[in-house]
Amino acid sequence: MAPKSFYHFLGCIIPHRYPSIESAVKLVFKDLGLGLLDMEGATCCPAPGVFGSFDRVTWATIAARNLTIAEAGGHPITTGCNGCFASLWDANHELKHDDELRDAVNENLAVIDREFKGTIEVWHYVDALYQLAGLDKIREKVTRPFDGVRMALHPGCHWMRPKLIKQKDDSERPRIFRELCETSGATYVPYKDELICCGAGGAVRTADVKIALEFTKQKFDSLLEAGGADVIVTPCPFCELQLDLGQVEIQKHFDEEYTFDVMHVVELLALAFGHEPDEFGLATHLQYMQRKSTPAWEKLGIKVEES
Amino acid sequence: MTSAEEKTAIEIDTPDDSFVQMIKKTGGPNVQNCYQCGTCSGSCPAGSRTNYLVRLIIRKALLGLKEQCISSPELWYCTTCYTCTDRCPQDVKPTDVIKAIRNVAVAEGYMLVPHQKTALKVLEAGHAVPLEKEMWENLREKVGLERVPPNASRYPEAIEEIKKIAKKTGFDKLVAEKETQEE
Ligand code: SF4
Ligand code: SF4
Repeated sequence: MAPKSFYHFLGCIIPHRYPSIESAVKLVFKDLGLGLLDMEGATCCPAPGVFGSFDRVTWATIAARNLTIAEAGGHPITTGCNGCFASLWDANHELKHDDELRDAVNENLAVIDREFKGTIEVWHYVDALYQLAGLDKIREKVTRPFDGVRMALHPGCHWMRPKLIKQKDDSERPRIFRELCETSGATYVPYKDELICCGAGGAVRTADVKIALEFTKQKFDSLLEAGGADVIVTPCPFCELQLDLGQVEIQKHFDEEYTFDVMHVVELLALAFGHEPDEFGLATHLQYMQRKSTPAWEKLGIKVEES
Repeated sequence: MTSAEEKTAIEIDTPDDSFVQMIKKTGGPNVQNCYQCGTCSGSCPAGSRTNYLVRLIIRKALLGLKEQCISSPELWYCTTCYTCTDRCPQDVKPTDVIKAIRNVAVAEGYMLVPHQKTALKVLEAGHAVPLEKEMWENLREKVGLERVPPNASRYPEAIEEIKKIAKKTGFDKLVAEKETQEE
């Protein structure tokens, strides 16, 4: 049976650094008749590249603890972060298929009176929007199409890779995220390095921010070679942070200035559905806060009252 | 042809068989079929800008050269993007091998200080990126949300549970030991 309501797994970056995404998804899901339930006491997913790299069993146990919150309430989870998705989806999958890991994890969970049962599924916002709401219904809701707006995509990694396990999309020629973003009416702009990682994952941003930013720069340069874009859309807040705040950091470390507006797909859809940028706080992206700048409203075709 | 005199013997560590067994377990059933084609390194966005060579690490790991694998600082340049895994013609899972080697590295004390700090944050606040300062609460209010989200930032009992888990798995010691080493 298709779910109607999801436990909303927030993670860290969305609620603590890019809350406009949290606000936007509430608008978009409500417009589409999908419910979002608070997931009380959920923690860090925990970060797959960081915790998964440190100690697999601890990583799986903390992820499983989050899963048990949803199991208790009997609803699936949805998350708007590729990293959280990687932790929760992967842990759920591995725990369902690896008895040795499951036993180890349940032994650990016993100290906090919890048990992983394997009764729920984990969905990315992209899955909920694409599979559950469906593109037709989304198109019907679009009242402010982004006509003539050049849109570049950054699908990121962990929603669709590893492809043999995730079985979501062809990671060399993905189309689902693109089709979802194209419902906004914006024009898709391909560029050579669309599919490379933003550079933030795998604990690299934490270890060496300059190396992480080199990935980001490579993407930006590749996009400029393709003629540039008015907006870059991603399904992940950590990628969004890297692409958005990353521009400020690139300026600091490499003395090169890029000014791309970056949005999470639910922010793009909230605008396309006719919501005003102020309703969810688009202008609070850290790039704008730190540079004291604003989104390029004119290029995005959005009229705002200057305050 | 080079003459024999010019060649020096290659020094290698003593192969560690348990390390090889671990690699076989984590690298997918085909890990030993790695024929060093380099598709992984050729696809690797980390390898194109650093000394990190995933192909070489797979080779060294299969040879049991544990110390070389775990002590290499490049090990931490993989962003776990899984491009290599998706492209390997032999269905090896290089990303999982790298993560497994990192697990051994951390267990043996090779943990970078910034990583250790991130891990500590999860134990202290329940989040790798905590709500922390008032400015972030203000930002939430500005976008029309409650100041504190309904996650571990609002429920301290969740943090207690994380601490208990870390104590049980020994992860708290793993992170704390490093801290005393650094001081
Ligand atoms: S792509 Fe696969 S077979 Fe080729 S070197 Fe890398 S791990 Fe080995
Ligand atoms: S997963 Fe790591 S090793 Fe593989 S291509 Fe990505 S950065 Fe390179």
